[in-house]
Amino acid sequence: MWQALYDSLKVLGFMVVAVAQESRGAEQARSWVEQPGAKFWTLIDREHRVSDLYGMVNVPQAVWIDERGVIVRPAETAGSTEHFRRMDRESKVLAPADVAARADARAFYLDAVRDWVRTGKHALDATTVARKQPRITANIALALAKFRLGVFLRDHGNIAESIRHFAEASRLHPDSWCLWRQAADLEKIGKAVGPEFWDRVDQTGRNTHYPPPDIPGFRPA
Amino acid sequence: MTTLLTEQDVVTIHAANGLWLTAVDAERATGWQLKPEGMCRDDRCVPLPKTALRDNQVDLAAFWQSLGAPVVHDDAKNIWVLGASAEERNKTLAGSIVPDFTLPDLAGQPHTLSALRGKKVFLTTWASW
Repeated sequence: MWQALYDSLKVLGFMVVAVAQESRGAEQARSWVEQPGAKFWTLIDREHRVSDLYGMVNVPQAVWIDERGVIVRPAETAGSTEHFRRMDRESKVLAPADVAARADARAFYLDAVRDWVRTGKHALDATTVARKQPRITANIALALAKFRLGVFLRDHGNIAESIRHFAEASRLHPDSWCLWRQAADLEKIGKAVGPEFWDRVDQTGRNTHYPPPDIPGFRPA
Repeated sequence: MTTLLTEQDVVTIHAANGLWLTAVDAERATGWQLKPEGMCRDDRCVPLPKTALRDNQVDLAAFWQSLGAPVVHDDAKNIWVLGASAEERNKTLAGSIVPDFTLPDLAGQPHTLSALRGKKVFLTTWASW
């Protein structure tokens, strides 16, 4: 998906930086890379540093940054939608109409990125960007510190203690799917998309898993 | 030895009784320098709680908490994380320049976001989970 976006815009002074929020590291991420040797940046972020710095709570989220290094769109859902809620939870199959609607929404979002690169459309002014930035609370700041400790402990073989800090991080920052799903995945690959995941999804309201980007015309579900 | 995970780095330092360390080590680890007016970094000085200074040793955990920033450690108190405060994070996010970072690619080669100044950048996240 990012390859096509990058290819279509690279002559315009455009770069895609696709950062894997992946505490298992490069080996785990490698098999998910669509095109090894791509010319855009694919980076490995074991501590979820990018989510931490930009207040991101799920993947994929994106920040748009202009030539001056200024954020013109703060962290928001990067084209994903709520259609997944209606998939068959065993087979992971989604009805054809939902598959099509989901693809349309993603294409709409990618077109918005293209419009921005070509014409500057959809770039927000500094006041709007500041207003739309995620609000970080003391609990969130503490959760991020605990998550970082958890990753470090796990890397050094202290699994039991790491699990405790991960659980605490999710309790303190329940809106972060990154913290919860990463911890579930570290416990056991697949757990992040298993029954506990769906329970958690069911507890949250409509349009909250992938809050739609504030781009007129985007259809989240 | 104690491992300290700071905002930018991982450092190994000598600490005792929690996170008491020499003023020199405290500065090396965090950039905060002990001065008569308190702890100073860049243009900012913050008073150091009286109980957090003894014989030119600083209780870094107490100082960090006085900044309103998170301090967490493992059970053995060998590994500490000094995080950025919510206030500091919100200030950064409200500012005009993006937070910078350096991360490795799949081959381990480091890349720094600010090296892309002059280009429009679509910074996005993904994961296998």
